Amino acid sequence: MTIANVIDIALLVFLGLTAFAILKLRALFAVVMLSSVFSLVSACLLVHLDAVDVAFTEAAVGAGISTVLMLATLALTARREKASTRTQALPLIVVFLTGLALVYGTLDMPRFGDPAAPIHHHVAPKYIHDTETEIGIPNIVTAVLASYRGFDTLGEVTVIFTAGIGVLLLLGAFIREPDGLKIQTMHHHLVLRVVTKVLIGPILLFALYVQAHGDYGPGGGFQAGVIFAAAFIIYALVFGLENARLALPGHAVRVLVACGVLLYGGVGIVSILFGENYLNYSVLGSTPVHGQHWGILLVEFGVGLTVSAVMVSTFYAFAGQNPPISDEDW
Amino acid sequence: MFSATVAALLVAMVLALARLYMGPTLYDRVLAANAFGTKTVLLIGVLGFLTGRPDFLDISLLYALLNFIGTIAVLKFFRYRTLGDRVDPERGGGQR
Amino acid sequence: MSALLIDAASWALLVLGSIFVLIGALGLVRMPDFYTRMHAAGITDTLGADLILLGLMVQAGFSLVTVKLVLIGAFLFFTSPTSTHAIANAAYTAGLRASPMDEEGDAPDEGGDSAGERP
Repeated sequence: MTIANVIDIALLVFLGLTAFAILKLRALFAVVMLSSVFSLVSACLLVHLDAVDVAFTEAAVGAGISTVLMLATLALTARREKASTRTQALPLIVVFLTGLALVYGTLDMPRFGDPAAPIHHHVAPKYIHDTETEIGIPNIVTAVLASYRGFDTLGEVTVIFTAGIGVLLLLGAFIREPDGLKIQTMHHHLVLRVVTKVLIGPILLFALYVQAHGDYGPGGGFQAGVIFAAAFIIYALVFGLENARLALPGHAVRVLVACGVLLYGGVGIVSILFGENYLNYSVLGSTPVHGQHWGILLVEFGVGLTVSAVMVSTFYAFAGQNPPISDEDW
Repeated sequence: MFSATVAALLVAMVLALARLYMGPTLYDRVLAANAFGTKTVLLIGVLGFLTGRPDFLDISLLYALLNFIGTIAVLKFFRYRTLGDRVDPERGGGQR
Repeated sequence: MSALLIDAASWALLVLGSIFVLIGALGLVRMPDFYTRMHAAGITDTLGADLILLGLMVQAGFSLVTVKLVLIGAFLFFTSPTSTHAIANAAYTAGLRASPMDEEGDAPDEGGDSAGERP
């Protein structure tokens, strides 16, 4: 039982305990806190499994932004979960049987980390061997994400885009632009305002660093977009939504949501115009490797644009709502 | 030596989780979540050194920032029950 | 020789930091009142975190890793006291007060007031 196994087991037990607590607690606010803890523990587990990019995204999205957005939603709903009036015997049995079937299915899978597993014999060795010569960046994950599997990432960006405009359609994109009728809530917290002012610059710089450094370390467009949005969200939280909408207006954010996807798709169109296949970056530069670098840079930037704009616009949409339940009934 | 630190941090995380579950007032829960976040930052940093890949520190840096943002969001939420601005009742902001 | 010195120094700093983290977490669970718990949690955030980060810095030597550790320390230095201040401010504004000790010096039961009944 090595120390690595102990850490894995401890973290998985945390996950189980947290999930159980989320199920048991009826106070929705505590559930939101616990779900951010769940994402945090998942991020630790992923770090321990050496999956750094995924851990980065999980920490940023799951533990950071999701908590803020769920809080914004919680302000619009009730405080406690209603107790269910029917017993849940039949669904429980169905879920249990399905779970048993899935576990039975995993008995056929190769052991965890087995080098003889089929997954390690087809594309994985090709990616690992060819990244250095064909793409020339140290971070193989980014190479796979942005170049070898560029179509999948285009699909992911489009999914984020669709989710963003879905939220805007449901909640209303046509929020009144600032007209001075609202009062800022955290106006008098001097300490918070000063510290936030000091921190916003470094946060934006960090976002830029993560965006550019994705080729060499953990990072890339998704994480950078989230960090960039986080800076605007903290500004909106402390200085007021009106001021944030003056700094980054709603209509600008909505345009940026589309610009990211357009940039990504546009890179593919440029490749076609140069005579190659869609999203073949080799033609974008003087040498194929140089072209790959340019291609990865541009598509990651597109991803970052869309992700940050979607996060900010979703926050604007949720936080700008007036709660339908009055304070006394809440 | 990193293993001892990891063990201590894991124990501390369990205790923070206990307070998160038990805490009678919600401010206890916010405090426990904030403390859990700090311990996670340290844990990810030490895990990076334990596995010989100090590049993980980017994640620690990220979470140190996001922990702060999350705590401020929670506190604003519970004080003002909104993450945006309050509508000024005298001037009649009205529905969105 | 210097490698031994570096290892010994980082060992000492890491162990000391872990002890403070444990003390802080223990205080978080065992203390009787919200404000005393906040004091305990503050120990982890400042002394524990800084000692552990110093231990890691000694281990890493002069490299980019140390710069990142310094940045993490700086961010924690800015944000932990601010978070603590914000939590205390919010609790105080909501009406939660420190429970007074009674005459035997024992801590009373958890004081109930409107802020305390919130989930």
